[in-house]
Amino acid sequence: MSVIIDRRLNDRNKSAVNRQRFIQRYKEQLRRSVSDAVGGRSITDVARGGNVNIPVRDISEPTFRHGQGGDREAVHPGNHKFLQGDRIPRPEGEGGGQGGGSGEGDGSESRDDFVFALSREEFLSLFFDDLELPHLVRTALGDIREFKWQRAGYTPTGVPTNIAIVRSLRNALARRIAVGAPLKRQIEALRASQAPAEDIDVLEKRLERIPFLDEFDLRYRHRIKVPQPISRAVMFCLMDVSASMTEEKKDLAKRFFMLLHLFLARKYEHVEVVFVRHTDNAEEVDEKTFFHDTMSGGTVVLSALKLMREIIADRFPTDSWNIYGAQVSDGDAFGADPEKSRSLLADQLLPLVRYFAYVEVPDDSRRVSPLMYAYHRITHESFAMRSVTHRRDVYPVLRDLFAKETA
Amino acid sequence: MTPTSDLSGSGTYLSTGSEWTFPLIERYDAAIKEIALNEFGLDIYPNQIEIIASEQMLDAYASLGLPISYPHWSYGKEFIRNEQLYRTGARGLAYEIVINSNPCISYLMEENTMAMQALVIAHACYGHNSFFKGNYLFRQWTTADAIIDYMVFARNYVLKCEERFGVAAVEETLDSCHALMSHGVDRYRHPPQLSAQEERQRQRDREEHAWRQFDDLWRTLPARTDGAADRARAQAVFPSEPQENLLYFIEKHSPKLEPWQRELVRISRKLAQYFYPQGMTKVMNEGWATFWHYTILNRLFDKGLVTSGFALEWLASHTNVITQRGYDQRGYGGINPYALGFAMMSDLRRICERPDDEDRAWFPDIAGGDWLKVLDFAMRNYKDESFIGQFLSPRVIREFRLFAVADHEDEAELAIDAIHDEQGYRRLRRLLSQQYNRDTMVPDIQVTRYDHRGDRSLTLQHRTFRKRPLDDETGEVLKHLSRLWGFTVRLETVDEQGKVVSQDEITAC
Repeated sequence: MSVIIDRRLNDRNKSAVNRQRFIQRYKEQLRRSVSDAVGGRSITDVARGGNVNIPVRDISEPTFRHGQGGDREAVHPGNHKFLQGDRIPRPEGEGGGQGGGSGEGDGSESRDDFVFALSREEFLSLFFDDLELPHLVRTALGDIREFKWQRAGYTPTGVPTNIAIVRSLRNALARRIAVGAPLKRQIEALRASQAPAEDIDVLEKRLERIPFLDEFDLRYRHRIKVPQPISRAVMFCLMDVSASMTEEKKDLAKRFFMLLHLFLARKYEHVEVVFVRHTDNAEEVDEKTFFHDTMSGGTVVLSALKLMREIIADRFPTDSWNIYGAQVSDGDAFGADPEKSRSLLADQLLPLVRYFAYVEVPDDSRRVSPLMYAYHRITHESFAMRSVTHRRDVYPVLRDLFAKETA
Repeated sequence: MTPTSDLSGSGTYLSTGSEWTFPLIERYDAAIKEIALNEFGLDIYPNQIEIIASEQMLDAYASLGLPISYPHWSYGKEFIRNEQLYRTGARGLAYEIVINSNPCISYLMEENTMAMQALVIAHACYGHNSFFKGNYLFRQWTTADAIIDYMVFARNYVLKCEERFGVAAVEETLDSCHALMSHGVDRYRHPPQLSAQEERQRQRDREEHAWRQFDDLWRTLPARTDGAADRARAQAVFPSEPQENLLYFIEKHSPKLEPWQRELVRISRKLAQYFYPQGMTKVMNEGWATFWHYTILNRLFDKGLVTSGFALEWLASHTNVITQRGYDQRGYGGINPYALGFAMMSDLRRICERPDDEDRAWFPDIAGGDWLKVLDFAMRNYKDESFIGQFLSPRVIREFRLFAVADHEDEAELAIDAIHDEQGYRRLRRLLSQQYNRDTMVPDIQVTRYDHRGDRSLTLQHRTFRKRPLDDETGEVLKHLSRLWGFTVRLETVDEQGKVVSQDEITAC
């Protein structure tokens, strides 16, 4: 007799380990491909996961095989026009129709690039592989400032609003049964032995006197305070929108901001974004205006930093927000502005933020801009800056900036 | 091809809906078993039918169809490739996977309808199953009783090695083994090893022989003085005969492998050997199974156990399976083993039941014989190459409109070598049979020399087959080989006259 087994409930991910191995093995190639893929597509799509190409060489499983050439005969079906002795020109390339098909035909498909879909999770984890939020550890372990109420079973004491009715009544019922049972047994026994009615009455009165609900039946829902690492972050995007910032540079900036946002969104439950643009004075704007409106005017970096400080003081108290700052500029600044900006940043802003990144999009990557020159003197550990000139550089810069600290 | 009778008798259908349930599967299985075993006398392993979901089918694909296997990245690659094809709709999943084991495990997809489940049961659990049990290659080279246990051992062993020596080291060794798997099979049985007792007995016999041959006169001959014998021994080529099983040779003789690496080589060699018959019998195996599901399900219908809707459904699927596209049609991917196998098996039955003059001329032995016996004999004693060489009839050649194209290196054009006409039948049959010859598919590479007294280098010889060269991956494979060998590895290519035409060498690092 055949045995029939339902295996549908078995583990469905038997190959997960193999898949992992495969991805692990070619992580390097994948990583390269992922960053290429990011360079190529619109930034808003980044989180979508997607197709990644790996040259087949890297994942080939070579075996001894016959190559092209030599003599062979191949048998094919469906002849409707050939006669013995007919001669036909060699088809171009291989695998075409009657050419070199048969045995090797099956193998040759693997010569194409190997394309497969990464899940969103896999994509992002590769994308941000080795990237660690700077100083996140401190927030998580050290200064806990936020608490969350959490249920923690039941307690016999509490305020009336917290009474757990079902639980209390269940206790009462149990108590009534437990206390009443011996009395009931006695009554049964007396009835069976035809005892006088008053004896039974006494016992029944005692049975009635058992209270329906007693003080110690009551149970209250218990709640406790659990310390929570702050899971909210705010990200300040500061950008110079003066005339010298071309569309191209804005695009670079946008890419950087989006990547940063994506990155933060992965680490924190809730991420707010504040857009601050500035020419010679700064204003807070919405995203669309930030990236697409043009403005003209001079450049005063200090104004943006000041506005950022005000907004923080106003809306984002440092004890309940993780604050990140990212500034993009072409580095043009005049007079005392760079120096003042530096001191404001170093003395007042950096102590407030988890991290501040300055990305410069210069016209000429070899020239040291005034702003960069000034910022160079900042030694604070939560400050970093880089220069970006091409779209492809954006992702590596993010990697550099947030590279896992090797302790 | 429709069921022979449309007036199905009693009307006691096994089921009428398309949904399957476990009790229904049991009833169908019992009905099919009744037909397969009692009416047609198939001999099978006990069946173990497992219902699985599509993801599990993908999993099963990835591990070569085995229910359990050791972890390796290449299976992950396979999984991802299949998943991709499946997700994008480029390829459907197989309705079933069947494992050559005892009991014979078949996987049925839960998405199948009842008619499809019945088709699959007839195809896998009775068709393939009886082929596994009967065919000489499977009998000779696989041990159905032990394969699952062996895979459990292999998996545990590999996991243990990973724990002790690191995943990377194990993976490296396995990669190299996988590269050589196609050259890790025995095609001919080795003589069984002598037991210690037999060995002693032989030793005694030899001594006795020497003793009987003793003649004191030999002592008076002057001894040879130049030590030629010593030198000859030193130069004696080892191995004395070329060895075609590279993995076996490595396992036994590699000078550098650790014991656990040797065991890994052995595991992949065993695996290669286990799958060897499947590659040799693709056409027969599928043809046999397809022939039986066709025959059994028609019988079910004739007995009035299933509705005509049921019959139409499985026939539609059957027709898809045995479609053979012409060489110039879209989607042509070579000769469909299901189509060819089914056509030949059905044709054998026809030759037995309704032979015409041509059949009597071509197959005098079997024309008009008992078809069950003829088919059974063919199934048991042939592989694709010999099966086609023996049984491909002119009628099938005509039906398939087969033709052969000759592709010769030194000619600018391709030539039509033979077509389905009176002059072409025999040549086509020989050429098609050749096409399933292992030498056509796998290059002939053998170990010819292991310099075990010198630099320990290993020399392989590639004997070219009709001037066909090796492809570009050869260098990579040699690197894998030299990793397993640990010393210099050489590959000589010799032409059909035995003259060395080229030589590759990889020096171990």
